[in-house]
Amino acid sequence: MRIICWMVLMFLSCSTNASIDAYEFDNAEQEIEFRQLIQELRCPKCQNQNIADSNAGLAKDIKDRSFALLKQGKSKREISDYMVERYGDFITYRPPVKGSTWFLWFGPGILVLLVIVFLLFKKIATVRTDQVSRVLSGNDHERVNQLLKQYGATDDENK
Amino acid sequence: MANLSWLRYTVPLIIFIVIAVFLAQGLKNDPTHLPSTLVNKKMPAFSLTRLYDPQQIISTNDIKGPALVNVWATWCPSCFIEHPVLNALAGQGITVYGLNYKDEREAAIRYLEQYENPYKLVIYDDKGSLGLDLGVYGAPETFFVDVAGVIQYRHVGVVSEQAWQDELLPIWQNMLIGEAE
Repeated sequence: MRIICWMVLMFLSCSTNASIDAYEFDNAEQEIEFRQLIQELRCPKCQNQNIADSNAGLAKDIKDRSFALLKQGKSKREISDYMVERYGDFITYRPPVKGSTWFLWFGPGILVLLVIVFLLFKKIATVRTDQVSRVLSGNDHERVNQLLKQYGATDDENK
Repeated sequence: MANLSWLRYTVPLIIFIVIAVFLAQGLKNDPTHLPSTLVNKKMPAFSLTRLYDPQQIISTNDIKGPALVNVWATWCPSCFIEHPVLNALAGQGITVYGLNYKDEREAAIRYLEQYENPYKLVIYDDKGSLGLDLGVYGAPETFFVDVAGVIQYRHVGVVSEQAWQDELLPIWQNMLIGEAE
């Protein structure tokens, strides 16, 4: 019985999370767009949080302004650009592709390619040395025979 | 085949050095210091009331450079620290405008009465709307506006005596020289 009480209390405590925002949307798409937008906008004051997660006053201001712009019929992209105009690329978790962000966008892909190329070369190199080592030169035969003789067998017996 | 075993040591070493230099640079950066995107742009248009008179609307035309536009609030401890420096600058004849950011009117007026008012004019921005247009992310911030109303520089944080002498005074003087030409 006590366990059930505890569980009920725990569920009750969770349900408060849902009631933070008090925005009235025209339609469901607008709400989805807004949620995506505030996930992608980064709070300039409280770093490493998006404005959806942050309770800072500034995050609220940016949310309010975004909401107002969305209501005016601005697209997600336009609002994002609007904020970048004011706060710089820092504000978005989806930085634009340009000189200074080029490595950020393509660096990981390039690294993966480099690793693949490296592994391929390594593979080819080992295959080649395997082939080389299987073919014994005349000199090697002589030496093998000599060693085998020394330990009481001949190369021919092993064949 | 050429002997490439030296690559085994030098390549990782070079990669290590490149990464180390890159990361060492990162250490010098202050991640809380964001560059302003408004430098070389006009002061954004606004229409807000004067701190001392809720009836009086002021706009961009009332900000006449060369001047400093200082973003401050009574809830901001760093603003309290820089306040005497602003008083001194105003005393030297530098025009300082105040942007009272997300504050209460009465509290702000009382504050200026108590600690002296260095501002030629105080814009009352209780919603932080001009603050948002200026890309303000925390008070205090100080914008350098030239005679054409263009923002030349933004200083984030306290305008200390030291910061003014070492860093900001040259920028201010450059701004004046730029205008004289």
